[in-house]
Amino acid sequence: MTRTLSAPVTVAFDYTRSTGPVLGRFLTGLRDGRVVGARTSDGRVVVPPPEFDPVSHEAVTEFVEVAPTGTVTSWTWVPEPVPGQPFDRPFAFALVTLDGADTPFLHALDLASPDQVSTGMRVRVRWAEERVGAITDIACWEALDAVVEVRGEARLATTDPVTGVITPVSLDYLYAASPEESAFYRGLNEGRIVGQRCPACQKVYVPPRSACPSDGTPTAEEVEVAQTGTITTFCVVNVPFLGQKITPPYVSAYVLLDGADIAVLHLILGVPADEVRMGMRVKAVWKPEEEWTYSLENIDHFEPTGEPDADYDTYRQHL
Amino acid sequence: MRDVAVVGFAQRQMPVFDGSPTCVELLVPLFAECYEQTGWTRRDIGFWCSGSSDYLAGRSFSFVSAVDAIGVIPPVNESHVEMDLAWALYEAWLKIQTGEVDTALVYAFGKASAGVLRRTLALQLEPYTMTPLWPDTISLAGLQARAGIDAGVWDERAMAEVANRSLTDAEKNEYAIRKGGSSVEELLSRPMYADPLRKHDCSPVTDGAAAIVLAAGDRAREVRDRPAWIGGLAHHIDPISVGTRDLTRAPSAARSAAALDLDGVEVAELHAPFSHQELVLRRELGLADDVRVNPSGGALTSNPMFSAGGIRIGEAAARIWSGEASKAVAHATSGPALQQNLLCVLGATTEGAPN
Repeated sequence: MTRTLSAPVTVAFDYTRSTGPVLGRFLTGLRDGRVVGARTSDGRVVVPPPEFDPVSHEAVTEFVEVAPTGTVTSWTWVPEPVPGQPFDRPFAFALVTLDGADTPFLHALDLASPDQVSTGMRVRVRWAEERVGAITDIACWEALDAVVEVRGEARLATTDPVTGVITPVSLDYLYAASPEESAFYRGLNEGRIVGQRCPACQKVYVPPRSACPSDGTPTAEEVEVAQTGTITTFCVVNVPFLGQKITPPYVSAYVLLDGADIAVLHLILGVPADEVRMGMRVKAVWKPEEEWTYSLENIDHFEPTGEPDADYDTYRQHL
Repeated sequence: MRDVAVVGFAQRQMPVFDGSPTCVELLVPLFAECYEQTGWTRRDIGFWCSGSSDYLAGRSFSFVSAVDAIGVIPPVNESHVEMDLAWALYEAWLKIQTGEVDTALVYAFGKASAGVLRRTLALQLEPYTMTPLWPDTISLAGLQARAGIDAGVWDERAMAEVANRSLTDAEKNEYAIRKGGSSVEELLSRPMYADPLRKHDCSPVTDGAAAIVLAAGDRAREVRDRPAWIGGLAHHIDPISVGTRDLTRAPSAARSAAALDLDGVEVAELHAPFSHQELVLRRELGLADDVRVNPSGGALTSNPMFSAGGIRIGEAAARIWSGEASKAVAHATSGPALQQNLLCVLGATTEGAPN
C-alpha cells in the first residue's frame, strides 16, 4: 500500500482577455490572412508587435505588413509533444524572421524529422483552415518548397476588428492527499471518522492535517471520533447555483463531532430547514456500505438524534 | 543600510514527494532544522515569507495551507511571492532593512511531479502570442541552446563539460537526484533528446522544499561565528518575448552583476536548469576562470521548482560558514530562457555591504 491516496484532477478554465489596439491589430491581421508587425523607435520591424516601444516606452502606433515567408533563425525538436501544442506528433518549434521583419517570431514548424530542419531554411506561414483572430490562425510554419495546397482565400479586412481572445487552459494533475488526509479517507472507506491529536495542545483535528495549525507541531496520534456531534453554526441555502446537487432550500452546517476540536461541514436532513439551530445534536447517516469509497460523501448527511440541545459552553470555543 | 546575514539553511530534494502539494509535512522538519541551527523557536522569527505556485500545486491559495507548518498562535507576520525562494528572501531582506524586524525565515516548496512541469510553465509566458502554442520549457531552452551553437558562442562539447562537472560534483551532494559523472565523450555519445539538447542538458523534474534564515547585525553574530553577510542583492528582467531578445545573452544578469561587487568571488552557485545557461551566466557575470561554479552540482542535477534558486543562496552561504570561501555569489532565475535574474553576494565580513 502506498503511503498516500491520489487521484487525477483536471483544472480547466477559459481565460478571456481584451486585446487592446496593438495586439488587436495583429490578431485582426491574422484572421484576415496578413501578418502585421510594428516599427519601433530603433527602426526595427517587430513581429508580433509589442504594445510599447522597448526603447522609448511610447505606445506603438506604426504598423507594417510583412511577408508570410521567412527564414529560420533557431529551432528545436519536440520529440514528446504535450497537449495544446500545434501538433500531437513530433515537430519543431522555430524562430522565424519573416521577410520585411527584423526580429524572429515563435511558432511550430511542421516537418517529420529533425534531419529536415536547419537554421537558415526558408519557410512560410501555413494558415489555419478556420481563422478567428488568434495566434493559432497560423497553423504552423512549413518548408517553402512544400507542395502548395490551395486553401480558401484570405478574408478582406472589412469585418470588425478583433478585440478579445479566449484561451482555454486545461491542466492535468495527479493530486495526492497528505499521509494524514489519506488515513482520514481510508477510515471513511471503513465507516470510521478518524482525526489526529496534537501532542502539544491536545486539540483533535478532523480531517487530520500534517501539522497543528496553532503551533506547527506534527500531529502524530490517530484518534477515532464519535459519529454524533453538535451543530455549531449553519446556513440555509436558498440560492440555486451551477453544479448544485440538492434542490434548495437545504441546510449546510458545521458539525463539531464529539471528541473533535474542529467542526466538519456537512448537509443536515431529516428536519425542516427552519427548525435547525445552533446546539442541535446530530448523528452521521451513512450511505449503503457497497457505495463507500475514499470520500466524505460516504456520509450521506447528518440528522437530529432527538437528544436535548447541547449547552452553549460545550461548543463556544469552536465557533 | 543594516547588515543582514544568512544564518540558517535546510533543504529537501527528491524525484517524487509522496505527499500533498501543500508540502506541510516536508516543511515541518525543515523549520525544525532551522530552529536547531539558530537555537531559536518560531517566536524568535520576525517575518515569514514563502515562494510557491498555485499552477504547480493544482489548487488555489496553495501557500495558505503551508502556513500550518509554522503555527500561527500567536499570529505571525507573513507574506508570499509567486516566485522562487530567492525572491522571497529579497522581500525578507527588505523587511529587515525597514527596521520593522530583525529576523526572518523564508521558505519555498513545490511538487513539480504532480502535473507535467514543462507544460505547466507555459502559463508563465506571454498570454496572447505564446501560451496558446504551449511552448514547453525544454523547447524554449532548445531554441536558446541552438542560438548559441549557431552563433559559435558555445558548442555541444562545452555543454557536455558543464553536465559532466555538475554530475561529478553532485556525487557529494546528498540531495542531488541525478549524479555520477562519466566523461564528456560518453555524454556526447548519448542520443539527442530535444535536438540540440540531450537529457543530461536538462534539469530533472524535482520535488522539494527549502528554508533560509536571515538575521541582522548582532542577532546574526549570536547564531554563527562566521555568518554569511549579504553584500548585495540585485535583480533585473528582460523582455518576455523570446523573439526580441538575443538568446545567447542575459542582459538582466549582466545588469544585476554590474550593480554588485563581484571582485574576489571564489564560489558561484548559478541557477542554470539547462547546461548552456551556465555558460551564458558565466559570461554575463564576468566570472574569472578560477571561480568554482556550482560545487553542489547545481540545478542540472536537481531543480525543485520555487526552491532551486534559493538553494543556490543556501549552498553559497554554507561555504562561507564552513570557511571554504570568503566571498561567493548566488544566482536565481525565473521565466523563459533566463528572462529574470537575481544575484546575491555573500561574504565572511560585512565589508562591501550596501550602504
